[in-house]
Amino acid sequence: MRNLDRIGERLMEHAYLTFLAVGIGLLICIPAGIYAHRHRRIYAPVTWFAGLLYTIPSLALFAFLTTYTGLTTLTAEIGLVSYTLLILVRNVVAGLDGVPVDTREAAQGMGYTSRQLLWRVELPLAFPVILAGIRVATVTIIGLVTVTSLIGKGGLGFFILQGMRRFFSTPIIVGAGLSVLLAVTADVTLLGLQKLLTPWTRARAGPA
Amino acid sequence: MIRLVDVVKRFPNSTALAVDHLTLEVEEGETAVLVGPSGCGKTTTMKMINRLEEPTSGSIYVDGRDVTLQDPVALRRGIGYVIQTIGLLPHRTVAQNIATVPELLGWDGSRIQGRVKELTGMLELSRELLSRYPSELSGGQRQRVGVARALAADPPVMLMDEPFGAVDPIVRARLQDQFLDIQDRLKKTILFVTHDIDEAIKMADRIAILNAGGILEQYDSPKEILREPANDFVKEFLGSERGLKRLALMKVGEIEVEEGPAVSPEDSAGRAQGVMQTFGTTWVSVVKDGELLGWVDSQSLAGKATVGEATARRFSAYLTAESSLREALDALITSKTQVAAVVWEGQRYRGILTAERISTEIVS
Ligand SMILES: Nc1ncnc2c1ncn2[C@@H]1O[C@H](COP(=O)(O)OP(=O)(O)OP(=O)(O)O)[C@@H](O)[C@H]1O
Ligand SMILES: [Mg+2]
Repeated sequence: MRNLDRIGERLMEHAYLTFLAVGIGLLICIPAGIYAHRHRRIYAPVTWFAGLLYTIPSLALFAFLTTYTGLTTLTAEIGLVSYTLLILVRNVVAGLDGVPVDTREAAQGMGYTSRQLLWRVELPLAFPVILAGIRVATVTIIGLVTVTSLIGKGGLGFFILQGMRRFFSTPIIVGAGLSVLLAVTADVTLLGLQKLLTPWTRARAGPA
Repeated sequence: MIRLVDVVKRFPNSTALAVDHLTLEVEEGETAVLVGPSGCGKTTTMKMINRLEEPTSGSIYVDGRDVTLQDPVALRRGIGYVIQTIGLLPHRTVAQNIATVPELLGWDGSRIQGRVKELTGMLELSRELLSRYPSELSGGQRQRVGVARALAADPPVMLMDEPFGAVDPIVRARLQDQFLDIQDRLKKTILFVTHDIDEAIKMADRIAILNAGGILEQYDSPKEILREPANDFVKEFLGSERGLKRLALMKVGEIEVEEGPAVSPEDSAGRAQGVMQTFGTTWVSVVKDGELLGWVDSQSLAGKATVGEATARRFSAYLTAESSLREALDALITSKTQVAAVVWEGQRYRGILTAERISTEIVS
């Protein structure tokens, strides 16, 4: 029973670290993506930088960050967030690119202000693509959170590390299995959310 | 109501002009139709009016006010705009699409609902479509929704860029008729774009014929343009059957019909024979108190004392004041007698019409 409580706690921590990382990633990438979509020249440098962060080995990144920010949630989040950026910023820009030119023009022609155009037309239409990015980022981060067990966080990664230290496979299986389960659950939930929030993408019954 | 003065548009990175010193005025309550080959600047002209594009030089006035001095957002909300590709918002239902401009203008919910209902009726959109998304509509339905959306806030000025472009001829004709009906009641000031000269002739109070490079070749009523094309380009653009197209615009009631040979049933057979001789025909109309009974020929009068004793036969074609000369000609060439009787409402006899008479109308 005490085990179950501990597992529950770690599961919550895992979900929390993931949610926080993807959330902060979005707070950075939505404005950055909008900006890069409008000012095309900065798109290449932005993705280059995000891509660079993405290629740094996670172990090295966390080890490096601890020398500045210690064994803290901040360290974990800086690392995790930096892995979401490439996926999210690309999808925000791709989503905005996918808004049909004539839709944009019609909206402008009817008298949407540029702010209304963004919030009421462009972002809603880009939403399915952005959400696809959120799904990939979420699944990726759920896997990566286990690595933060090395800096004393790690959610379910805690059990994996414990098993490794004790040469005992049960906690490893529990940690890894639950992590996979969490990823699948999150993915299915987000997909359901997309279907719910973008009913027009389901509507393909009539002639195209 | 819409006035363009010496408007020039040159796109950056382009040597040719898209619109070349265009001066044009659409009067209040009139429909002006811009026609011309692809790429001649029709869409560009529209977009300069609602400031989706800025003219390189020249000025544009809507309702007497220079558009460049107005807030573009407010200007656009006051002008109904149907874009060439319809451009319905894919994430909004049909009802929401129609409600777009009223929403932007901050109308309250019940007023918007009422207006949407009214427009669905006006454009004969079925109620069940209202909750669908644009991807679930047919091409014709989408065009109707596009037009309904442009009419939603009841703007006095409408820009319609090939609003009935993407549908088959039958649906197109239906949409045109519907729109003419609506325009008859609403009297909007409309600038309408099409590729199709027949559509232009049908919809327009005045037609502006544009040439490549945005040059205005002629701006006049359809009748005048058909009667006297300004140059070879216009003539060619009007295409074949220019005579027939003109006839389609003229009404029987507008021309003087021939009186034709006519007698009353009380007249003697001899008098009828005399009338036929005068007109050089072998038949004569029988008219009683102004009402047309039919016609009789010399054979049927043989041995009769009065015209009334012979049985009057029906004409094979009857025309009214509202018939177009094109319909008249069609009736004439498919009738056996080559003569049509012209009657005013009811059977009031007016005269007769022949193919020769019609041809003198277009030759003159
Ligand atoms: N944004 C733009 N940048 C550069 N050139 C443009 C732009 N928009 C239109 N043009 C050019 O201006 C000219 C007029 O274009 P416009 O769209 O007004 O033609 P149109 O008469 O509407 O043609 P269509 O009947 O095919 O719709 C064309 O040569 C076109 O290539
Ligand atoms: Mg065009």
